[in-house]
Amino acid sequence: MDDRRLETIIGRLLQTGVLLAAATVFAGGVLYLIQSPSGHVDYRTFASSGPALNSLSGIVLSAAHLQSLGLIQLGLLLLIATPVARVAMAVAGFALERDRLYTIVSVIVLLILAFSLIHAT
Amino acid sequence: MTAWEFTAVVWGLSFLAGFLGALTGLGGGVVVVPALALALGVNIKYAIGASLVSVIATSSGAAAAYVREGFSNIRIGMFLEIATTLGAILGAFLAGRVSTHALAIIFGLVLIQAAYHSFRGAPEGDRPTESDSLGRRLRLGSSYPVDGKAQEYGVRNVPAGFGLMFGAGTLSGLLGIGSGAVKVIAMDRVMRIPFKVSTTTSNFMIGVTAAASAGIYLSRGIIDPRVAMPVMLGVLAGALLGAKVLVHAPVRTLRTVFAVVILALAIEMIVNGLTGKV
Repeated sequence: MDDRRLETIIGRLLQTGVLLAAATVFAGGVLYLIQSPSGHVDYRTFASSGPALNSLSGIVLSAAHLQSLGLIQLGLLLLIATPVARVAMAVAGFALERDRLYTIVSVIVLLILAFSLIHAT
Repeated sequence: MTAWEFTAVVWGLSFLAGFLGALTGLGGGVVVVPALALALGVNIKYAIGASLVSVIATSSGAAAAYVREGFSNIRIGMFLEIATTLGAILGAFLAGRVSTHALAIIFGLVLIQAAYHSFRGAPEGDRPTESDSLGRRLRLGSSYPVDGKAQEYGVRNVPAGFGLMFGAGTLSGLLGIGSGAVKVIAMDRVMRIPFKVSTTTSNFMIGVTAAASAGIYLSRGIIDPRVAMPVMLGVLAGALLGAKVLVHAPVRTLRTVFAVVILALAIEMIVNGLTGKV
């Protein structure tokens, strides 16, 4: 497996992930608009929406109950996962090429991403 | 505005931003954030969160097309992502602590830089160089197609480029933008990587960089689903269409128009930040 073939596979993977994420966000969006009350919306002041939509477990639970905002957040989580999957694929690809230096480099990037995501949730 | 109206207007604005961003190579984020903050009065933190999400969508969505062209360099990208992801974590932490006024002013200054970058356009055919010793040891050099033939290129000044990439990552995490312009400067100007390789590798890196701050954004409530939904879907649709018509577009004129728009947005962001309106 050479670099180019590896990159093509990774590129496809990313596109599929993005389409899946967009479809989930769209489904949640349609549900949100159907159920939305007729009142006015205002996003002028910043107020955290609470753990139901800010944490991994909260989002999964809310999406499992087919709540519109939870579905949208689940789609956005899928989207965030696509670049992480791309780095994981690169780790595997470089390892298959027996390229030690770049296997280590991609593992470092994966660890930084993991730190950020785990620290956040 | 009702939820329907808000969603429709934001989707339309985001579609336009994604379309122009793809045509000019500047990305949608630089327009989406000021448009939401200035025109619709959305809190800049929500605008930044929604923009970051759309940045991941366009970067990942376009990656396959760029790879097919054979320009992007996955080794350079992966190596520099160590710097951009660390910077992005720092930026995301700062975003939670900096006031919205300060965010607006910093955003305005970055927009001015992007406008300047857009006015200047792509540099004329830099001759590829040989790698210096660190570039050689890291095996960063490669080749890319020029007129159907493989053209070899080398990579120089790795530490300086790495440092600048950390800065690009910090800006991305702080402002929810891809900061592609800074990434391209680091690769093209500092590391002497050919322009086409720099721009496509930069696009490839943007998604991974943004993912590093997205988790922190999410846990702080900066990503609001009601704002992010139309922004993400709009920018993605606009960017996909933009990439399709790219070949026939008068890019030079578009870049100039876009640069003027960005400059106007920059001034308004800074004025609003200083007077405390945003």
